[in-house]
Amino acid sequence: MHIPDGFLRTRVWVTLDVVAAPAIGYLARRAQREFDHHKVPLMGVMGAFIFAAQMINFPVGNGTSGHLVGAALLSFTLGPAAASIVMTAILATQALVFQDGGLLALGANVFNMAIAGVWLGYLPFALLGGNRAGIFLGGLISLLSSAFLALSELMLSGVPIPPAIFALSCGLFLISGIIEGALTLAVVQALDRIQPGVMRQPKGITRNLGLALGAAAALLSGAGIFVASTHPDGIQSLALQTGIAGQATALFRTPLADYQAAFVRSPWLTKSLAGIAGIVIIYVLCLVISRFLTAGRRQAIAPRPN
Amino acid sequence: MRHARIERWSRVASPLHRRHATAKIIAALVMLVCIATLTRQSLWCCALYLALLATAVPLSKLPPARILLSAAAVLPFALCFALVSAISGEPDRAVMLLVRGYLSSLTALLLIATTPMPELLAGFEVLRAPRFLLQVMQFLYRYLVVLMEEASAMQDAAGSRAGSIRALQLRQATGAAGVLFARSYGRAQAIHRAMVARGFDGHIPEFRTHRFLVPDALFAAVAAGLAISVRLVLP
Amino acid sequence: MRNIVEVRELRYVYEDGTEALKKIDFELEAGETVALLGANGSGKTTFALHLNGILRATSGSVVIDGIAMSDKTLAEIRRRVGLVFQDSDNQLFMPTVLEDVAFGPLASGKSPEEAAEKANAALTQVGMAHKAGKAPWHLSAGEKKRVAIAGILAGDPKLLVLDEPTTFLDPPGQRGLADLLESLPQAKLLITHDVPFAQRLTERGVFFEAGAIAAKDRIPAIVERFGW
Repeated sequence: MHIPDGFLRTRVWVTLDVVAAPAIGYLARRAQREFDHHKVPLMGVMGAFIFAAQMINFPVGNGTSGHLVGAALLSFTLGPAAASIVMTAILATQALVFQDGGLLALGANVFNMAIAGVWLGYLPFALLGGNRAGIFLGGLISLLSSAFLALSELMLSGVPIPPAIFALSCGLFLISGIIEGALTLAVVQALDRIQPGVMRQPKGITRNLGLALGAAAALLSGAGIFVASTHPDGIQSLALQTGIAGQATALFRTPLADYQAAFVRSPWLTKSLAGIAGIVIIYVLCLVISRFLTAGRRQAIAPRPN
Repeated sequence: MRHARIERWSRVASPLHRRHATAKIIAALVMLVCIATLTRQSLWCCALYLALLATAVPLSKLPPARILLSAAAVLPFALCFALVSAISGEPDRAVMLLVRGYLSSLTALLLIATTPMPELLAGFEVLRAPRFLLQVMQFLYRYLVVLMEEASAMQDAAGSRAGSIRALQLRQATGAAGVLFARSYGRAQAIHRAMVARGFDGHIPEFRTHRFLVPDALFAAVAAGLAISVRLVLP
Repeated sequence: MRNIVEVRELRYVYEDGTEALKKIDFELEAGETVALLGANGSGKTTFALHLNGILRATSGSVVIDGIAMSDKTLAEIRRRVGLVFQDSDNQLFMPTVLEDVAFGPLASGKSPEEAAEKANAALTQVGMAHKAGKAPWHLSAGEKKRVAIAGILAGDPKLLVLDEPTTFLDPPGQRGLADLLESLPQAKLLITHDVPFAQRLTERGVFFEAGAIAAKDRIPAIVERFGW
């Protein structure tokens, strides 16, 4: 389920619409340029595939089943620019046809899933040269970043999220993220047996990727700071009331000690910062872990040229 | 199936269906912005918006009860957050989440249920949405049903061997997803081949049947005007 | 009468080195119908894809209506050769029937008015004019096939290549399709496993085996000789 209309504060959805619209416009042009024209039907059909794949139940133990979100899978097979466009097309179709997610909130949903989810999910894949850890982490990070962004946006909009629910959400996100990572890896491996050569050769750490990472981080913090700086009223009392600020600071106390001292009088800033920092910390943590995991054995899973 | 029902609704003939997609998109967006900025003091506003949207339903000649019910699809999600708000001691906020969520959903539903998808995409193109993205959406929408049928046929086939769909192993399920991916990929190539065979050279020709006429402009102006004036009169 | 298709010593080799077609010689007169028979994977479809330049010969020549296949003549040749693919869903990619049928004329540079006229005429010809505003996924398999054929006819081709046209069709649908094809004046190349269907439309058959033409004969003779 995506964020519906009527949930986000005006400044939040406006900011995210303003961020997402030109980004998608740019990516659409880039995807169009990068590909020859046969990619238009391909991208549309792969978007429909994601809908269809969500009908498949994946048993993940204890009688529960998971579903594939697919942002990371798309970015590994079509490349991140095309994957962003396909995810945007999926989200817009869900908002229009299935009333899943709002129209004004489309910018927020696109930002969370089609931009952050796709590009942050693609980074470990590219950085680790497309090996198994990279694919798993790609799925994990893709889902985690989308979910945390959505939660931070709701919190920034003053939707009260009590500490217990916040903690519960974090746990659920982590479980979903692990499932997404595992499913992405399993589907990629199945795909590699069925149709070798579909996976794209991941590019190494290039200047472009560095720029993308920088841009993503700048966008994230920019958005957070913009919202925070333009919206000091209301949020303050709300944050205190709901205890989110306390919860968030407690959660990120150790790594954020310095910042906390500086911003302790602005709970709303701490809150937005905590959201962003949360993503960054998880991301860096995952990268460090993956480095350990893959040191020594670097077998790429299917990096064949297309 | 929601998708099929909305497709059927969008092909009905009515004064609202006849309006240009761009006019309806503008009207809907203005309405949505007005709703999204409602605060907890403006319950009267909410009632007026509901009345405004409710009068649009008979204009669309669609089954009123089904439309009003269909828009409630957002409520389970909204209810979760409303409940949390209510528990946190903010009943006003809880009510507003539900009301804004429902009104927004009804607005969007009226737009999509009175505008066939191709026209809607053309309407967004007039508003400068990236053409490339809209084409991807067009293909996505076209092949949604085809691939969903393929997926359910695969589930049936897998289920008939495994005893039941629920009995599928993780490995089989991921294999099925892989096969579905490969088939979708192959289908995309076949579609491209069929397009090329008919002279496709990289751009999909436009085929406009609708022109933006004076009644369309009037509709957009009246609908947007009503939505805004409700906010102006009742702060 | 002059030949609409003239193929000389056509060879096609896949990138991995597999020889899919070996020295094919083939000709078809304007207005004539021929059935391509043969096992799956014998090269029938690969051959047909050369007639409209989707696949390009590794060596040998393909001449359509007196025009030799080359990069320059590709668009010209595609206007003369209409391919009707096996899975109609892949062919009907536009949101409505009318838009789909008008795609070919529009892509070849016709004005929307002209294209709509062409499309409506083609839909009338196949008996589907009443479905013009429908979305393709509301159609039955037989209706989809008719619309797919209309989409090809709207481009005024001189040769129709039909790949397994009876797949997914029920017996009345198959009879209706045979009636429709019989009424069309174009030369036709039928790729099919459906021998009775082929025989209703033509006497002449070509049998493919392992990427080569094993026989050109009357269909009953082919059936007898290859136990088909």
